[in-house]
Amino acid sequence: MDFNYGTELLQLCETYQMPIWQVMKKRETKFSQMSEEQVDEKMTVSLEIMKEAARKPIDKPEPSIGGLIGGEARLLAEQEEKGKSICGGILGKAIRYAMAVLEVNASMGVIVAAPTAGSAGVIPGVFLALQEERRLSDDTLLKGLYTAGAVGYLLMRNASVAGAEAGCQAEVGAAAAMAAAGAIEMLGGTPKNCLDGAALALSNLLGLVCDPVAGLVEAPCQNRNSIGAANAIICAEQVLAGIPSMIPFDEMVQAMYHVGRSLPFELRESAMGGCAATPTACARTCEIFK
Amino acid sequence: MAFISLFEVIGPNMVGPSSSHTAGAASMALLARKLFPGEIKKVQFTLYGSFAKTYRGHGTDRALLGGIMGFETDDLRIRDSLQIAKERGLEYAFSIQTKMGDEHPNTADMDLTGTKGERLFVRGVSIGGGKVKIVRLNQIDVDFTGEYSTLIISQTDKPGVVAHITRVLSERNVNIAFMRLFREEKGAKAFTVVESDEKIPEEVVEQIRENPLVSDVMLVQI
Repeated sequence: MDFNYGTELLQLCETYQMPIWQVMKKRETKFSQMSEEQVDEKMTVSLEIMKEAARKPIDKPEPSIGGLIGGEARLLAEQEEKGKSICGGILGKAIRYAMAVLEVNASMGVIVAAPTAGSAGVIPGVFLALQEERRLSDDTLLKGLYTAGAVGYLLMRNASVAGAEAGCQAEVGAAAAMAAAGAIEMLGGTPKNCLDGAALALSNLLGLVCDPVAGLVEAPCQNRNSIGAANAIICAEQVLAGIPSMIPFDEMVQAMYHVGRSLPFELRESAMGGCAATPTACARTCEIFK
Repeated sequence: MAFISLFEVIGPNMVGPSSSHTAGAASMALLARKLFPGEIKKVQFTLYGSFAKTYRGHGTDRALLGGIMGFETDDLRIRDSLQIAKERGLEYAFSIQTKMGDEHPNTADMDLTGTKGERLFVRGVSIGGGKVKIVRLNQIDVDFTGEYSTLIISQTDKPGVVAHITRVLSERNVNIAFMRLFREEKGAKAFTVVESDEKIPEEVVEQIRENPLVSDVMLVQI
């Protein structure tokens, strides 16, 4: 059971009357020689790492290697505790957890690249916020992760998830597409709904550049992870309300890739453009590397 | 196209901050360690391109040294690997090469010396998402990833060696996924790289070594 495009994936779902997560899991067992139980066990380990990374910096913030970020997740938690959160609920938690994971990453803690280290906060942010607010089981979260994995695989295969190749839209954009599809699955959407959510998420962040200050995975990466998480939640909301994506998923993947390849070198992780090229960022770079 | 696993998409599980500059660095050094026949006493790293420019901010140095000590990409000891190496008496040095030749931007050379004076030179490349390739062993350009069980045979480029290797493997019922030959020049030193989907029985190492034209055999298991 294998598929190379979103259309083929939807066809398999239709033929076998299976959700995306089940097709993706069967594909993994077929090619990796693992049993379904082993796949579940391995993914449970990843989920546990996500949970720890999303929560630890709220209790115990640590400074990043470059010193550009640290403590943001705690500040958001304090805002919530004071009853002053504007986003609140699912969205408030999602951005807090997404930022937390990037803090862990930037302080050399353990994270799950999903699909990359620089975009590792998006999926845990969305999934754990939904788990708490909608009382979802870990089992449901695994289904969401397999669904997200199917979308990420198609992006890796048919486009790119590397900032150096296609900008932040290929990292945080891809993570948001994966998270949107996973969220829709966990909330009872159809396979087509999942890919519609992924397509919308990609289109919302189309053109987003990769411009890390001092070349570090800190800023603006951390904030971009919260926008990725918020984007995924918005897309899931829209699709589940009955608003489909006008552009099919596969076409959106190609559009993202073409936009990415036409970004100049300065805006693809070289730390020579965008935020990284501002006078303030250049001054901070000199301080870090002096 | 090679199979893309679910766990490459959601994964690797890794010490941050960068899949290419941290996890990839740890993976290539771990591969170098597995290739080394003895106990490593000293390692000299040379970093190129983006590795040379940004290694401190990405912990590339700590990840490389951690890999040499056998730490996996998600091992938190990577954070303190400089200190741990000192405690273990492992000598290390880093140098940077900012002038680029035709190397990939994320390249590291690892010059290893063993407690008995053994030497091995390994050049690794981090190709993105934590994936790596070994592209040079001693003086010879090679190309393998360590994603399969891999046999690396150092030999003299003379007739009959490859036949000897395949005979040994066939007797042990090893299914070859990929097999390639790399050489310096005709009749000189060469490497045969054999990759298999399954574990390769340890005994083949000794049996392949029996051929007088074979000088060394390395085995990396999946």
